[in-house]
Amino acid sequence: MARIGVFICHCGTNIAGTVDIAEVMAAAEKMPQVVFVDDNKYTCSEPGQASIRDAIIANRLNRVVIGSCSPRMHEMTFRRTVAAAGLNPYLLEIANLREHCSWVHSGDTVAATAKAIELVRMAVAKVSRAEALFPKEIGLTKRALVVGGGVAGIQAALDIADAGYEVVLVEREPSIGGHMAQLDKTFPTLDCSACILTPKMVDVAQHPKITLLTYAEVQKVNGFVGNFEVEILHKAKKVDHSKCTGCGTCWQKCPEKLPSEFDHGLGQRTAIYIPFAQAVPPKPVIDTEHCRYMKYLEFMEQGKEGKKPPQCLICEKLCPTGAIDWEQQDQVSTEQFGAIVVATGYQAFDAAVYGEYGAGRYPDVISGLQLERLMNASGPTSGEVIRPSDGSHPQTVVFVSCVGSRDDQKGRSYCSKVCCMYMAKHAIMLKEHDPEIQSYIFYIDIRAGGKDYEEFAQRAQEEYGALYLRGRVSKIYPQNGKLIVCGEDSLIGRPVEIAADLVVLATGMIPSAGAAEMARRLNISCDSNNFFIEAHPKLRPVETLTDGVFLAGSCIGPRDIPECVAQGSAAAAKVAALFSHDTLTSDPMTATIDAMRCIGCLLCVEACPFNAIDSLVTSDGRTVAGVIESVCEGCGLCVSTCRPGAANLRGFTQQQLLAEVMVL
Amino acid sequence: MIEGYQPKIIGFLCNWCGYAGADLAGTSRITYPANIRVIRVPCSGRVDPLLVLKSFQRGADGVLIAGCHPGECHYVEGNYYTRRRFALFHPFLEYLGIEKERFRVEWVSASEGKKFSKLVSSFTEELAKLGPRREA
Repeated sequence: MARIGVFICHCGTNIAGTVDIAEVMAAAEKMPQVVFVDDNKYTCSEPGQASIRDAIIANRLNRVVIGSCSPRMHEMTFRRTVAAAGLNPYLLEIANLREHCSWVHSGDTVAATAKAIELVRMAVAKVSRAEALFPKEIGLTKRALVVGGGVAGIQAALDIADAGYEVVLVEREPSIGGHMAQLDKTFPTLDCSACILTPKMVDVAQHPKITLLTYAEVQKVNGFVGNFEVEILHKAKKVDHSKCTGCGTCWQKCPEKLPSEFDHGLGQRTAIYIPFAQAVPPKPVIDTEHCRYMKYLEFMEQGKEGKKPPQCLICEKLCPTGAIDWEQQDQVSTEQFGAIVVATGYQAFDAAVYGEYGAGRYPDVISGLQLERLMNASGPTSGEVIRPSDGSHPQTVVFVSCVGSRDDQKGRSYCSKVCCMYMAKHAIMLKEHDPEIQSYIFYIDIRAGGKDYEEFAQRAQEEYGALYLRGRVSKIYPQNGKLIVCGEDSLIGRPVEIAADLVVLATGMIPSAGAAEMARRLNISCDSNNFFIEAHPKLRPVETLTDGVFLAGSCIGPRDIPECVAQGSAAAAKVAALFSHDTLTSDPMTATIDAMRCIGCLLCVEACPFNAIDSLVTSDGRTVAGVIESVCEGCGLCVSTCRPGAANLRGFTQQQLLAEVMVL
Repeated sequence: MIEGYQPKIIGFLCNWCGYAGADLAGTSRITYPANIRVIRVPCSGRVDPLLVLKSFQRGADGVLIAGCHPGECHYVEGNYYTRRRFALFHPFLEYLGIEKERFRVEWVSASEGKKFSKLVSSFTEELAKLGPRREA
């Protein structure tokens, strides 16, 4: 006989403000098998949990229903609570009276209370059919995969490795470093970005516990926490890095020149290249799409008519160690990991979407990242700020904020967070490059939340004379070698026109290309902008709802460098905590198959997405299905597929779900 | 429309998308009619047609299944089964004399709190127009 205790939480006024708690309690007392009913101001608080533990013992309760917030919020908390009182943690059911009731039916106490009573009734019916469940122990591989070699991924890899665990860092570009490597200085300290980043990059390459895989991508992920199986695509570099010394002869002599992605098209790179001088590893790859010899090979293979491309081979002829390897092909390796940190970062919003600003059409309209490259001593102009159109030195520079941020029209309603600060930084840096430069900054609001950020933004105005104009820019057009910026100063309520030499668009952050596909591969969720969703925005900011997959950096949303570094370390701490165990406990909410009922049709074997069902032969010679519990993820697809009703799902049994329906 | 008639909806929501979307509607305080009773399931693919039939048998005026968008199932392909299974189920419901408007399979992601609330509102409204179920 079940002895059910029902505990209703007020959640301050969150539930009690809308739902009549006394009425719900009175109704609960009359429900079958309920022997104890209590309420609590905050059930999740320590006194609240203690009162549940005490009530379980005092009233010999063997089932518990808690009417509170969503089970997605506190199911784990309350499972521990009932376990502390000696009850099996799976003999607990939560009625979602907050997210699904009081918060969405505020102002209608009658309807909300009626619904709350039914939600409790359903939970009582379900828990009365609950069974005690026992987790099993499974092994784990103490080896972590970090995806993305920006500053967040670098920090995560270093911290996990320093904790003593093996790490594989996968980066799809030929070098790690990410966007931070492109920056000239960082706000608000004006530290040289490369000076603080490159030592970390070198640490990654030299750390005995870190395997660095550049020019590689995660292709497929199977398995579960502690036991992931990951397919990694190693793109053909056409250079044998074990022989290459990084001397640089090849990329200095390669005749094929094309726009450098790293310099955002402002500089050039060769077909065999390292993206930037401080690249890690400092060894080149061959861009097979643009390499002259590869084009020659393709031409010969297809037996085309016309002019034969030259059979270049200069890099091979000049390489002192014979490292060029034309035979190298794309390869796929499969590796085992216990945890995955995703730090795939961001890319800059493409400003060409704003036709009225002329990005892409007018060479002197550039993005914030392009200005970083122009100011950078190792950039395409060796740190000389010039107009891309004619190489002259600009005197009037206009900044346009919120390009691809806070703009519903362009489908980007969020604030990219860093742009206000980098515009202030740029205004300061420009003045230091050339005291004659006058900066104008069109802004909506100045968002400078962060340690020393507001002071920094003030300095740009007071000490460096940047003129801030509150308003949007409506149009930019060229006239007599200048760019006429038409905007509005909404503080004086007048239109403004500035003849600028250079216009900088403060482009916002969007998720890096392929983020949605990556989410699908890892089985994690994206928000409507394709940023990854954390398990809880406040309390579990670097975890996902897929156990063993962690997040760090601007793949979650716009982040500045200190936040990326903090999140890299946070994710690493989570991985280290996971790896500090020798075994993991598996979720016992897995499928079961009643061999006596099974007719051996094996439809479940086909339906199971995880290959967790196998066919077995019983002692009396019948073929039946059997669940491999360590592999089962508990989706229950087999249950709805099973014709004779032999399959069931622990925690969501047919009996439990039917009981919920039957009390309606 | 019958004055004061309140249809009853049973919602089978998958833990990762539909249920999370409904939670988000809650945390964002987006109100919707109190006509829905939610049953949490791990995956929309867990929902046995029997559960839908039993819901109607016990007097539900409408049944909603909300899962992850196709291609985004937490269990890789569970919602594909849902989609196909209930496409076949719809004509069967009509055969039983239950209007097909009374049963909906929808995709609601964890970030679509607004969509969930709109969905419940429109479904409630539609069921109210349809009126109580005919006696079998």
